[in-house]
Amino acid sequence: MAAALRAGETSSRELVEAHLATAERQNPALNAWLTLDHEGAPAAADEADRTVAHARRAGPAALDALDPLFGLPVALKDLVSVSGGQCTAGSRILAGYVAPYDAHITERLRAAGAIVLGKTNMDEFAMGSSTEHSAWGPTANPWALDRVPGGSSGGSASAVASCHAPFGIGTDTGGSIRQPAALTGIVGMKPTYGRVSRYGIVAFASSLDQIGPFGRDVRDAAALLHAIAGRDERDSTSAPIDVPDALCALPDDDEAASALRGKRLGLPREYFVAGMEPGVEARIREAVAALEAAGATVEDVSLPHTEYGLATYYIVAPAEASANLARYDGIRYGPRLGDGDTLANYLRTRGEGFGAEVKRRIMLGTYALSAGYYDAYYLKAQKVRTLIKGDFDALFGEGFDALVAPTSPTVAFPFGARLADPVSMYLSDACTLPVNMAGLPGVSIPCGLSEGLPVGLQLIGPAWSELELFRLARGYEAITADVNWRALEPAELALADDPATPSPAERVAVHA
Amino acid sequence: MATLSRIEVEHVAHLARLGLGDEELTRLEGQLNHILEQYAILARLDTDAIPPTAQTIELENILREDEPRPSLPREAVLVNSAETDGGFIIVPAILGSDAT
Repeated sequence: MAAALRAGETSSRELVEAHLATAERQNPALNAWLTLDHEGAPAAADEADRTVAHARRAGPAALDALDPLFGLPVALKDLVSVSGGQCTAGSRILAGYVAPYDAHITERLRAAGAIVLGKTNMDEFAMGSSTEHSAWGPTANPWALDRVPGGSSGGSASAVASCHAPFGIGTDTGGSIRQPAALTGIVGMKPTYGRVSRYGIVAFASSLDQIGPFGRDVRDAAALLHAIAGRDERDSTSAPIDVPDALCALPDDDEAASALRGKRLGLPREYFVAGMEPGVEARIREAVAALEAAGATVEDVSLPHTEYGLATYYIVAPAEASANLARYDGIRYGPRLGDGDTLANYLRTRGEGFGAEVKRRIMLGTYALSAGYYDAYYLKAQKVRTLIKGDFDALFGEGFDALVAPTSPTVAFPFGARLADPVSMYLSDACTLPVNMAGLPGVSIPCGLSEGLPVGLQLIGPAWSELELFRLARGYEAITADVNWRALEPAELALADDPATPSPAERVAVHA
Repeated sequence: MATLSRIEVEHVAHLARLGLGDEELTRLEGQLNHILEQYAILARLDTDAIPPTAQTIELENILREDEPRPSLPREAVLVNSAETDGGFIIVPAILGSDAT
């Protein structure tokens, strides 16, 4: 698309209108989008076309100087502030809220010339692994319309997998980019904690949250990370670490495979957890064999505290969430329910404004931080967090370039399958959340199908190693460039074109 | 580890300022206790000598010059409040009520 745009074979306006039309037509069956910007996006595309025309007259150097995202559509998870637009974070409690400013990454995307196509669905306040916990109804997976796309960034993942936009933005607190990328067959990265400024993003768990890219291939995801990463003084946790321009220049197939030669990779045995589907394990083992055939060495390694990850995460994240979500009180923004008494207003506004999963986590977090329990829960969890991080530090200290693991122990599951038991939903992230606890970067890339549904391969690296991870991922992409599953379109995407296809909410109602 | 009684669940809901119905409290009591059972695994680890990790990158004391800069436009912010009057947000009276 980028090349055709520069060559004048198409225009940003044409691309944006085509993507908008497809998204509009297929969204009733997918519910990936909460808003589509039919006015702002084409106008921004016209502006981009004027810049491209000017660059074309100025010569090849001016065209080369345009960002890889220039003039192309991007999908934003509905917790990214876009000035003058909605930002619900999937919650009723932010219904009607109008963002008064642009998030840092919105500014960066505009500066790169990307066109914001709209806002995508998500689990409420990013709490969930299926996008079923959205106040605005569930999102469907284009590979199987009666299954979840993963979550919490399921709307962006479903939209990118469905070719409604080449680029998508998600956030990842315990797996919310990598797991939906795996379940929808696309690339998704959770960068190092501190890599991307969170100014203007609705907060969930502040010591874990990180923004990251979705793309249909590794190069797209890397270019999107390049556009949004870097220090921003408005988020004091964003780090003053250089963002390599080489993210926009990942190699072609012939050269890419050589990135794997001589690399030392670890295969953590604890990530092959009980409950892992045999088809998923088979794809991961095949991917490992392919990496070895390309010249990497893969050694069995241990991350001994992995089994404590789930409990640790489900203390730290809810505790931080309970503090962050205290701001939703119906005073400064959001609906205010009740008849005048302050306390009664709070109770009703929050009791009715938040959904079940959010209330569950606020309760957990409030309890874990409450007098008499802080040491037993929150402090204990922070200490175990030190041990979990130490496991990773030890392996990278021994010289491993990266770790290879499944992203999700299962393929996409049917609507409703994990709603009744919160713990079964939490287990969806068993292979991703230790990476957040340690603040490390991780990328999920497609590595085949099991029972016709996508499987994701996760690569985990030391802090600030995003470029190296993308090079390894690109290498794997190159050595598997000719496999038959790469050419497949999501199996049930064509059904989304049929207006008679039920909506995700209607499918859930049938299951219930 | 501890289990939560119904009264404790109600107490935590109050601390969190969540108005919950009877049915919701009952459901939460069961779910929260099931989740707390999962936490018991942490008791197996001796962490007395382990320092806590609150964040994972080695950044500290990020300071900036304290320079005045424009704030957000007042209208753009106030438009989000349920009740405003002449540049102010209207809130229920706090003094004289038992909501402190």
